[in-house]
Amino acid sequence: MPVPDSVVVQSNPVYRRRQRFNRFMLGLSSFALVSGLFWLAWIILTLLIKGADALSFTLLLESTPPPGQDGGLLNAIVGSFMMSAVGTLIGAPIGILAGTYLAEYGQRGWLAPATRFLNDVLLSAPSIIIGLFIYAVYVAQVEHYSGWAGAFALAILVIPVVVRATDNMLALVPNSLREAAVALGCPQWRVVVFICYRAARSGIITGVLLAVARIAGETAPLLFTALNNQFMSMNMNAPIANLPVVIFQYAASPFEDWNRLAWAGAVLITLLVLAINIAARSLFRK
Amino acid sequence: MIDKQRSLLVDAGFRHLTRVFAFFVFILLAAIMVSLAYGSRESIMQHGFAFLWTNDWDPVRNHYGALVTITGTVISSFLALLIAIPVSFGIAMFLTELSPVWLRRPLGTAIEMLAAIPSIIYGMWGLFVFVPIFQKYIQPFVIDTFEGVPVLEHVFAGPPFGIGLFTAGLILSIMVIPFITAVMRDVFEQVPPLLKESAYGLGSTTWEVVWKVMLPYTKHGVIGGIMLGLGRALGETMAVTFVIGNAFNMPQSIFSPSNSIASALANEFNEAGGMQKSALLELGLILFLITTVVLILSKLMLLQLSRKEGR
Repeated sequence: MPVPDSVVVQSNPVYRRRQRFNRFMLGLSSFALVSGLFWLAWIILTLLIKGADALSFTLLLESTPPPGQDGGLLNAIVGSFMMSAVGTLIGAPIGILAGTYLAEYGQRGWLAPATRFLNDVLLSAPSIIIGLFIYAVYVAQVEHYSGWAGAFALAILVIPVVVRATDNMLALVPNSLREAAVALGCPQWRVVVFICYRAARSGIITGVLLAVARIAGETAPLLFTALNNQFMSMNMNAPIANLPVVIFQYAASPFEDWNRLAWAGAVLITLLVLAINIAARSLFRK
Repeated sequence: MIDKQRSLLVDAGFRHLTRVFAFFVFILLAAIMVSLAYGSRESIMQHGFAFLWTNDWDPVRNHYGALVTITGTVISSFLALLIAIPVSFGIAMFLTELSPVWLRRPLGTAIEMLAAIPSIIYGMWGLFVFVPIFQKYIQPFVIDTFEGVPVLEHVFAGPPFGIGLFTAGLILSIMVIPFITAVMRDVFEQVPPLLKESAYGLGSTTWEVVWKVMLPYTKHGVIGGIMLGLGRALGETMAVTFVIGNAFNMPQSIFSPSNSIASALANEFNEAGGMQKSALLELGLILFLITTVVLILSKLMLLQLSRKEGR
């Protein structure tokens, strides 16, 4: 009677060694995943614990205090909101139009592939360099820090994210839709604006939201552009307070009440950024 | 008739408008380089190429060199990759081969969230939470363990400051893991099922399929992902600034406080003037050149993979 295969295989030392090694590596792989989740959980737990201490309504009602006094983060929240809004309003249209060229008009010629390539490089370029760039071309020329400069730096961070999203999403629009519209006598710009944009809408909005989430927490590009402001200011032509830089300065300070405010700001920003991210994802999935 | 002419005009107008903005994106990279080079012209003139290998940073004598910050940047990014590559590979392997299908999306999203957390949060968390624990429990233990071991004794030497190159590298690794994982996952999913099934059919274990079939097939993509992570790590500013120590000293061991290009910029640029500002702009230019080259290589690697697929 022949011996069943499985018996031969199981008693084979080479096979058993391979199996053991396999189990070991699979264990390491699971461990890698757990370690990734471990950091995430640790950071979020820290924020929630430290933040629960520091969160209160005065945060939203008062401006940043001198050390030793009570205060909030109102000026920083307002400044951050204004710069992010202006940055998005400048960056998103530029990104959408450039992305449109890549996807709709760039089939021939060198500009579209070259731009697509460089855009991916820009996407990962260090954000502090973008701050230096705006410093060199704008702040150093007008000779003062300003909210506008901060917004320009953020706009440059928005552009590559939106270009890529627009390009990818327009590429997913089926050609038969375009052909049908052209056959009905539609000029090309109408095809793009009324057919393609509409079909790719949720994807493009997702791209813009992800860009907003990215700039909401960016600190480095604001250091040399918007600087900071101890007081409430809505003047975009002057240094303006903003959450990331306030967090940076207050966290690095020796005063305990400033540190607490920094944690409060950190919680606000992280929750906002994670919420936008999750909202963008669920919007896209629909 | 007039209507048709107007329509043609609008059509051409829209096309040119999109082209102008595409061209804007196209020249942005070059514009950044030119403006940084122009801003640092004084420093380039005075220091010449010696800027790259002199290590004094002396505002009093007004003489500057980039060696310390370049070394700090490279070592911390290298440490980050050393930790991040195996972990990312493990995570990508888990998500493509091991995880039950219903768990893939939530786990993948959780790992991607690591990339969404702003870098300043990593810095604060590192300084206030991780550094004290590391300084008190882990670092003395490691230093004691390697005392007397040749070579390693020097690598892990020094008083336990908590902050320093290693801490910066570790936190950088957490930050680049999601980027490397995302690329690896993407390219692993592009492996034709036929290849994997053939290997399984011949009796391969899961590990053998991943290591001997999927990895060779996707190696360009995997290297591209690692380069992308390197590009991110080199330019990361806020997280590193909090924990690297900001000392303009050549590092003696991987626990020494040191400085990176990005953190030197973050700390000194606003207070600097004249030659120092120019030297800092030159540091920025060097950083931008390095990251751009790394990212271009990464992109070329990834393109290589898709070319293989005939796309």
